[in-house]
Amino acid sequence: MITMTWLYAFAGAMFAAFALLSLTDRANPKRFGNGAFWGLMAVSLLAGDWIGSFGNGLLVLGLAGIAGFKLIGRSHPPTTSDEERVRWAQRLGNRLFLPALIIPVTALVGTLVYNYTPAGGLGWIEPKRETYLFLALGVIIALATLFVWLKPPAIAPLQEGRRLTDAIGWAIVLPQMLAALGVLFAAAGVGDIIGTLTRSIIPEGNVFLTVVVFGVGMVAFTMIMGNAFAAFPVMAAAIGVPLLIQAYHGDPAVIGAVGMLAGFCGTLMTPMAANFNLVPAALLELKDQYGVVKAQVATALPLFVLNLLIIYFAAFR
Amino acid sequence: MSYWPLLGILLVVLGFALRMNPMLVVTGSAIVTGLLGGMDFVKVISTFGKAFNDNRIIAIVWIVLPVIGLLERYGLQQQAAAVIRRMKNATTGRLLILYLLYRQATAAIGLQSTAGQAQTVRPLVAPMALAAAEKEHGELDEATSERVKAMSAATDNVGLFFGEDIFIAIGSIVLIQQILATHGYSLEPLHLALWAIPSAICAFFIHSARLLWFDRKLRRRP
Repeated sequence: MITMTWLYAFAGAMFAAFALLSLTDRANPKRFGNGAFWGLMAVSLLAGDWIGSFGNGLLVLGLAGIAGFKLIGRSHPPTTSDEERVRWAQRLGNRLFLPALIIPVTALVGTLVYNYTPAGGLGWIEPKRETYLFLALGVIIALATLFVWLKPPAIAPLQEGRRLTDAIGWAIVLPQMLAALGVLFAAAGVGDIIGTLTRSIIPEGNVFLTVVVFGVGMVAFTMIMGNAFAAFPVMAAAIGVPLLIQAYHGDPAVIGAVGMLAGFCGTLMTPMAANFNLVPAALLELKDQYGVVKAQVATALPLFVLNLLIIYFAAFR
Repeated sequence: MSYWPLLGILLVVLGFALRMNPMLVVTGSAIVTGLLGGMDFVKVISTFGKAFNDNRIIAIVWIVLPVIGLLERYGLQQQAAAVIRRMKNATTGRLLILYLLYRQATAAIGLQSTAGQAQTVRPLVAPMALAAAEKEHGELDEATSERVKAMSAATDNVGLFFGEDIFIAIGSIVLIQQILATHGYSLEPLHLALWAIPSAICAFFIHSARLLWFDRKLRRRP
């Protein structure tokens, strides 16, 4: 059976190559930092299951130290100039979109075929992970197509990939760090504390205000944890189930579904949701690392109010 | 109950507000929170390391970067921009509304990992949105092009968040179902997914209105 371990090895090999290319890049004054950073990333993906929890912990401290003390820097691997790119684009035209579409189409068709034809019944992919496998397959097919069609230098995909990872920098690892921080918050009992605090400010007998506190709690806790998944169990146990469902007889489906979506409004407004809010800022090379969050607040706030109204009117019909 | 672990949250909020390096802020907060929660140092580091290892699936999406980089080498961004320049009625706002609809619709049928910030926004959506703005308003100043790029990324997030919950096999629906089941309420995933639709419609109209407003602001720019 193809498991996630295979995909981790694939990604790990890629980061290992980035590390080696970084080390030999004499044009980058911080080449050792870059080499060490992507090297640790490779170790995590290739050997994370064998170095033990404490070993992984030290690895994370290494990543944080290298990034936090600014030991990594942007490199400039060989690529084409803007003028060359315009010429290539004129020559290749819209055919350029075809290889770009190979990845999403492979992921799409692969997932559908695997789930809705007998092919899936054979169970040769780790359950619920098939989209990731077909994503990787799409990457391989797209690379093969580009090599046959445009014959780039053999090292080009790795150098171009390194150009992008170096442009994004430590933001590549931050989402994983924040997920780990969420686990520590939970282990230290932060969820219970937040639940108790919110329950203590509930006004007795007022359904509307209870809905508001439930929603605000979802948003606030989601903003702290960077993830509505961490907030939902806490707010459901503190307010959703005992008050909204049991005491006021609200519809559990509405309270559950729309309560989660109210939390998603919080995800739009917090730098803690790094993979959605900080990584794109790095990926698009924005000057303001909070630029994406700022662009989302004016959608998130009115949407949050509407979600509260949906809960109030649909759950308490 | 001890309120000391909340200090870890305060550290994170302060660190982000002061724009300190997030990697250090997160690590510092993790260690402080763990210690205040009663763990010893080795336990804290081990818990942090194990959780990091358990979340490696987040790193898988980066395998698309060599393909995206290679396509950029051959002018993908330039071609995306050229296509938009040839379209008569393309504006930044209208283009992003179309993408919002596409993102919500594909996420709603379970295809949320087929598009995304690395897969589609950087190579296609952002260059197209910039080209549309430049076509109408000439060369953009830096602040404006930053806003256009940020709006492109924001549109992807809004489309994803308020589309994916309509799909019954998504993690959040499973989570809601499991949590409510532990409290004694057993619900069908489809029933939960249906209740994601009103919010999805609201999200589409609010964000689309903002995108049209954004077009207006671009037009009024001196």
